[in-house]
Amino acid sequence: MYGNAYVDPENKIVNSITANEDPIKLAEFESRIAAGDKIEPMDWMPAEYKKQLVRMIEQHAHSEIIGALPEGTWITRAPGFRRKLALMAKVQDEIGHGQLLYSAAETLGKSREAMTNDLITGKSKYSNVFNYPAKTWADSAVIAWLIDAGAIVNQLANSKGSYGPYCRALDRICAEESFHLKYGHDNVVFLATGTPVQRAMVQDALNRWWEPIMHFFGPPDKESIHSATLMRWKVKMGSNDDMRNMFLDMYVPKIWDLGLTLPDENLHKNEETGRWEYTEPNWEVFKQVINGNGPCNKERLAVRRKAEENGRWVRKALAKPSEKYVTPLS
Amino acid sequence: MEFTDKHVQGLKDLLYKMADDLLIIGHRNSEWTGLGPVLEEDIAFSSMAQDKVGQSLALYEILHQLGESDPDTVAFTRNAPQFHCSQLVELPIGEYDFSLVRHFFFDHADAIRFDMLATTVVEPLQMVAKKFRGEIKYHTMHADIWMKQLGESEEAKMRIQSTINEVFPYALGMFEPSEFEAELQEAGIFDGEFALREKWLNKVVPLLESYGYSVPNAETIIPEFGGRKGQHTEHLQPLLDEMTEVFAIDPGADW
Repeated sequence: MYGNAYVDPENKIVNSITANEDPIKLAEFESRIAAGDKIEPMDWMPAEYKKQLVRMIEQHAHSEIIGALPEGTWITRAPGFRRKLALMAKVQDEIGHGQLLYSAAETLGKSREAMTNDLITGKSKYSNVFNYPAKTWADSAVIAWLIDAGAIVNQLANSKGSYGPYCRALDRICAEESFHLKYGHDNVVFLATGTPVQRAMVQDALNRWWEPIMHFFGPPDKESIHSATLMRWKVKMGSNDDMRNMFLDMYVPKIWDLGLTLPDENLHKNEETGRWEYTEPNWEVFKQVINGNGPCNKERLAVRRKAEENGRWVRKALAKPSEKYVTPLS
Repeated sequence: MEFTDKHVQGLKDLLYKMADDLLIIGHRNSEWTGLGPVLEEDIAFSSMAQDKVGQSLALYEILHQLGESDPDTVAFTRNAPQFHCSQLVELPIGEYDFSLVRHFFFDHADAIRFDMLATTVVEPLQMVAKKFRGEIKYHTMHADIWMKQLGESEEAKMRIQSTINEVFPYALGMFEPSEFEAELQEAGIFDGEFALREKWLNKVVPLLESYGYSVPNAETIIPEFGGRKGQHTEHLQPLLDEMTEVFAIDPGADW
């Protein structure tokens, strides 16, 4: 699971992000992408393309690893064998996705260690939703269903992108995420059709998670030359609002079908435009959380930092001075 | 041969202790998810945890066929004194060296245990034992590789050595004899904890020595017994409270 890559609207990148690139190579690169070719690690690529991809894949990898924490706390509490085994397997998949994505990002020259360091020092971001607590078992069910559903919307789009190693990783990730979604849906169905206590539990969780889910796709994109270029290069595959709309279209009816409600009176589909209308979530909150002031930011990073510190002696013991780091190729 | 009540009691006792061991060590190993020293170890410990919990479920199902409650009820409603796991498996995960050494000792014992049970006269147990062997093979392989490679670094080797010394009495506690040893052997159900312990020592001692570790003398160590009779460390009940927290909200509900 993960959230759409967050492009900081305050980040004023000079319009001429391609100014220093060789025009002939750039034209060739762009025509390959337009023709649907995949760019591979040894191919020529503009510096900005590489930079954005590293940032995006790395952010995605961190999201998988941090995302394992809120759900992971429920592995030891899962009610019954069926849920316990399924949740273990699901969270294990997420860690596996992190591993796969770190490898994909490594093909662009940044080592896993460097990415991990940037995560624990707070330099790199990860999806905002994981800075919220999973208070009850029902929260873990809502996460597994709806956050994973949102992730699939983003990832399916991104798997049609232009960078080969990332697309291949996403193909595999999407296949696994679709099982997570089934698990999450099944779990929510059991709660929503269960005892009054179970039902209240899942409704509460849904109320809590609605704003983070709306935030998940990111703020409405500002039109800029920068994002137009990233779209042309198939780094960014759709606007945040398009992704959000696609998600609402697929899942709001399913949520309502279960007799559950959503905490937004204005939420409805405009049949004329075919788009969903809703109360804008509070983007100030989103900004606060992304900048480290969410309910769990400090705790998440502290856990990661401790894991890194505790495991250092193991990694040190594995390192052979005679062996050199080699960037993976695909 | 016709089983007497004592044979059936002995078989149930055997099944309970094996199933409880597997459930609790599986639960403990799953706690590494998200916290391992390298991502690959998070994934490995999670894989093994899933195998262990899955194996415990298969054994609780055999117990259910023998008239015990269904697996969810058995696993999620008992208190610590009703559990028959060894104290080894209930200890907290500690740091990686502790979990690795425990995993090494436990899995070699389980590999031999299910090897022995592959010829038991109890057919459903024989079937699962054969299946488990295929899974446990990878668990011992994993433990062996890590014990070996960490033995090649001075600092890591010292840590592992001191953990071996600390864990060893608990590891010997796995072989606490039951009151049905004679019945189990006589009926061809299981050759017994003493035979298992001897085979295990013959396996793990030379292995550890070949990796450069020393192993305490089993004859001079007092094993941490008690687990098989429901006497546990202070760590088991909190584990169970956590494990059953959601289930206990409404044990009659479908989760």
